[in-house]
Amino acid sequence: MFPAQITYHRAGSVAEAVQLLSDNEGAKLLAGGHSLLPLMKLRLAAPAVLVDIGRIEALKGVSASGGGITIGALTTHAEIASSDLVQQHAPVLAEAAALVGDPAVRNRGTIGGSVSHADPASDQPTVLAALDATFNVTGPGGDRSIAAADFATGLLENALAENEVLTSISVPSVPSGAGSAYVKFPHPASRYAVVGAAAVLAVSGGACSSASVAVGGVETTPVRASSVEAALAGSDLSDAALDAAAAAVAGDLNGDAMGDVFASAEYRRAMAAVYVRRALGAAASRAG
Amino acid sequence: MTVPVEITINGKACSGEVEERQLLVHFIRENAGLTGTKVGCDTSQCGTCTVQLDGVSAKSCTVLTVQASGSSVTTIEGISDGVDLHPLQEAFWNNHGLQCGFCTPGMIMAANELLSKNPSPTREEIRHGLEGNICRCTGYQNIVSAVEDAAKAMGGR
Ligand SMILES: Cc1cc2nc3c(=O)[nH]c(=O)nc-3n(C[C@H](O)[C@H](O)[C@H](O)COP(=O)(O)OP(=O)(O)OC[C@H]3O[C@@H](n4cnc5c(N)ncnc54)[C@H](O)[C@@H]3O)c2cc1C
Ligand code: FES
Ligand code: FES
Repeated sequence: MFPAQITYHRAGSVAEAVQLLSDNEGAKLLAGGHSLLPLMKLRLAAPAVLVDIGRIEALKGVSASGGGITIGALTTHAEIASSDLVQQHAPVLAEAAALVGDPAVRNRGTIGGSVSHADPASDQPTVLAALDATFNVTGPGGDRSIAAADFATGLLENALAENEVLTSISVPSVPSGAGSAYVKFPHPASRYAVVGAAAVLAVSGGACSSASVAVGGVETTPVRASSVEAALAGSDLSDAALDAAAAAVAGDLNGDAMGDVFASAEYRRAMAAVYVRRALGAAASRAG
Repeated sequence: MTVPVEITINGKACSGEVEERQLLVHFIRENAGLTGTKVGCDTSQCGTCTVQLDGVSAKSCTVLTVQASGSSVTTIEGISDGVDLHPLQEAFWNNHGLQCGFCTPGMIMAANELLSKNPSPTREEIRHGLEGNICRCTGYQNIVSAVEDAAKAMGGR
């Protein structure tokens, strides 16, 4: 299969990309193309105009920035998986990047494309929700920032205007001594997350001093598990405490779970507790 | 509409006028006439179209030709000199690592990238490195053995 007819533009800069989006109604950005082109090949998407941002160097790479790191939107999953800066400041992002699809997908797919596509089965949106990341965006009126929690607005929908470009993602460093983990239940054919859970746990004096937990794949957007976090606060992170906290995820799911032939909504809800428990266990064992 | 493109394939400049929607795999097969690279699925999952694009493995069915214009591509035809087989090709042959052979070009291109990063992978690591490549014939055992063997031949251990 091949896509419907398109007109292709290669943008040399973010400003040019914004201009091309503004000039061509219904135009779509093309980054790594590993979500958009498969949809176009199946004719599930048929944008008339593609604006390729794939060669804009300014959008690539990871840099240290006050209290954390900034990751260019075009940074690939492979680059994130092997980045020392990511390993130092937010190792859970590298852990999740290494679990995306397969090596060739990781070579082409980008973090910006992944979050913009807003597929609930993707990995990094869940991790970025747990990390309280900020998404930096450029449009015709200038720059603005969107909190990770507000970025995905529904199934394959995001908070960007038609002519805005996600340029980078700012990720605060995890607290020193914190343990973090991302675990997923990969779909056996596609490797996408049927359910994925991210956790960052900090300990001080034997008690949990901060916890952030998010779950993806269950509802249309990543869910921040605040009931789980509340159950963890001040706890001793013993097995019993982690069991009880993971079970609390039921209170964070709003009853709107998705289901398909592979995994029903009920099954995904049940797996949410199982994968949150595994993420908490792994994060707790790495904390301290 | 067609547009001009130029892609270096196996060290040779290949230019053409192509539809903007053309996929790189079709440029490789139809314009450059290199039919070693196959198309096995519509969903970017089988990996038989794997080539090296600017130094890293990529599924050429999931890249537009226009996107790759200006880039360098290595296909299965480019990994040997046309006289002596590449150690991976030799090892697939010796280990009966193929039956119909349809997945083999992609398997070898993916394995080649794996060995460039990890010269002596375990069988488990080989399986992970070939995660994006599907074989419908062999049951994978002989493919893993072939890659293991090639790693030895290439000096990995
Ligand atoms: C076989 C296969 C398996 C996969 N498995 C997984 C998996 O296990 N886990 C996972 O998380 N993902 C998986 N993916 C998806 C992969 O991670 C994609 O690469 C990623 O989701 C999208 O990134 P991209 O750069 O390819 O985006 P593209 O396909 O280029 O773009 C996706 C969408 O985002 C928009 N967009 C892209 N960049 C920007 C930007 N900077 N600003 C605004 N909008 C933008 C585009 O217009 C488009 O609508 C898989 C893909 C394939 C083909
Ligand atoms: S043809 Fe490219 S992955 Fe199947
Ligand atoms: S040998 Fe036939 S598909 Fe692999």
